[in-house]
Amino acid sequence: MRLLSARLSAKRRSPIAGLLVVLLGLLAVGGAYTLISPASADTQQADQSTVQEGHRLFLVGCSTCHGDNGQGVVTKRGTQYGPALAGVGAAAVDFQVGTGRMPMARPGAQAQKKKVLYSPSEISALAAYVASLAPGPSVPAKESYDTSNVKNSSVVRGGEFFRTNCTACHNFAGAGGALSRGKYAPALDNVSNKHIYEALVTGPQQMPVFSDEVLKPNEKRDIIAYINSVRDQPNYGGSSLGSLGPVPEGLANWVVGIGALVAIAVWIASHSVRAKKGAKA
Amino acid sequence: MSTTPHDGPTGTSPESSRENDLPAAMERPRADAPAVHPGDTMADPLADPGLPAHQPRPTDVDPRLERRAERQVATLFGLSSVFAVLFVISYFVFNIGPKPTIIAGYGAANIALGVCLGMAFLLIGVGAIQWARKLMSDVEMVEMRHPAASSDEDREAAISSVMAGIDDSGIARRPLIRNSLLGALGTAALAPLIVLRDLGPVPGDKLAHTVWKKGMRLTNDVAGTPIKPEDMEIGQLVNGEPAIFYAKKADGEPVIEGTELNQAKAKAAIIIVRMRPEDITPAKDREDWGVAGILCFSKICTHVGCPISLWEQQTHHLLCPCHQSTFDLGDNGKVIFGPAGRSLPQLPITVDSEGYLVAQSDFTEPVGPSYWERG
Repeated sequence: MRLLSARLSAKRRSPIAGLLVVLLGLLAVGGAYTLISPASADTQQADQSTVQEGHRLFLVGCSTCHGDNGQGVVTKRGTQYGPALAGVGAAAVDFQVGTGRMPMARPGAQAQKKKVLYSPSEISALAAYVASLAPGPSVPAKESYDTSNVKNSSVVRGGEFFRTNCTACHNFAGAGGALSRGKYAPALDNVSNKHIYEALVTGPQQMPVFSDEVLKPNEKRDIIAYINSVRDQPNYGGSSLGSLGPVPEGLANWVVGIGALVAIAVWIASHSVRAKKGAKA
Repeated sequence: MSTTPHDGPTGTSPESSRENDLPAAMERPRADAPAVHPGDTMADPLADPGLPAHQPRPTDVDPRLERRAERQVATLFGLSSVFAVLFVISYFVFNIGPKPTIIAGYGAANIALGVCLGMAFLLIGVGAIQWARKLMSDVEMVEMRHPAASSDEDREAAISSVMAGIDDSGIARRPLIRNSLLGALGTAALAPLIVLRDLGPVPGDKLAHTVWKKGMRLTNDVAGTPIKPEDMEIGQLVNGEPAIFYAKKADGEPVIEGTELNQAKAKAAIIIVRMRPEDITPAKDREDWGVAGILCFSKICTHVGCPISLWEQQTHHLLCPCHQSTFDLGDNGKVIFGPAGRSLPQLPITVDSEGYLVAQSDFTEPVGPSYWERG
């Protein structure tokens, strides 16, 4: 290398120039390496210890169903007791454990949202461990689900995506809905932006995956902005009755509305009080 | 007419008052008349008890109570005007539009206007009923039934005048005029029949075809993003449309738009799903209809045409939200539950030279619900 550059330069410049360039290059590379390498070695070490901490937590809290190394446990009937976790990624762990769905209280049709049992640092340790099994979707960065600067037109577009992809299961107002055999799509109020994004990317339980390549990250953010806008909308016309559509609305009309009319009709037709000792007029 | 209001309480002399009430048409009792005839006491085994003695209301006998009821009714009417005024006030006070007035999470304007107007009307009604119950005339009245048919003389007169008209016109004597008139009326009926054609062209075989054709790309609905197989993960669902809906002509106008677009969309909507290839059992002629576990189906339910995309990624079942028809997408879209009569039509797909998912052809059967000509 040095010989080559020296020979090329020799025809035009002093032989020392080439030597100097090479020396400067070596210095720059070495200096840069000394600046960067200790830092990355540190994070590597930190990562390794987080993964170990995650594995320790995993063995205590998750391995009964998911196996000691996240390989899954197969039941006698050949079905999965807990699925294998290689490739589900940190995002899946952050969603499932961060919403309290995991660890499951008991086997059932569907893991339910409940009290979160792990601290944020424990969840990220678990996520780091599961992510170390095989590559998978990572926990999204804050800017990919931050909706504070989303324009109104994007919210409108998010609404179009929501109605196309989400309303079938989650209802037009995100109030959730029933699936088959006791499974259900949960309501979307009280779900954080991050967890909505993670659910879209990982497809928890029966929910399909909506990968970033097909439903772009900014389109996902628009959907989240739309869900927030629906959630923040006041009830202009009185109680929404859970936004569940015509069934509760019809029920309310029949029971409350027609019930009141029947009560009024009964009052109109009821015998009024008569004076017992009425004089004959 | 046939009603004679009582002058006094009916309980005093029911017999005589009933005699007075009898309408003219019922004065002659007939031998075959039913026993309930009010005047026919001989044929009636049970004596008519008559009306019970009239009992006056407290407000009829106690002037203090009468004044109280009067005040009640006036209060109800007064409250009604108060609500009407509140309606007008809330119309001006509460904002609507971009910055509506919100009270406790509810839109104040709608609720205040509705409640005030409703109460204003309701209180007028309640006041009127209370007025009628407590203060208006309280005497019983008897209104006798009378026959619905006209008198025999009237009917005879009507029939004879119609017959006289037929005789005068001579329609029975002049068959040429009669027949040509019938012909004219029949021909005139063609006019309303022929304009039925304006209801639209006959559908033809439109129901059997969609805009899908060989080589057309599958795109994500709303955005129009074309899809590569590697973009889709196991368990992924894409609500898709054909690329032609997002194509633009040279002048920048869409190729299909307006009503035509909506009609085409109603038939061509698809869902694309990716499963583990081992979870799919393709029918004999469908082995090459998918790409690496990616299958494409019509989004229109074969029952009554609802758009379906409730896909359970672990069971591969697709549910219709309208009537719970369930299709197994791992098994060629077979109906496994619900009222749908046909499997969900599958769109054969492959990849083009640039690696994007494209259709191999149009759907091989009509999409959506069954129709008459399909048998």
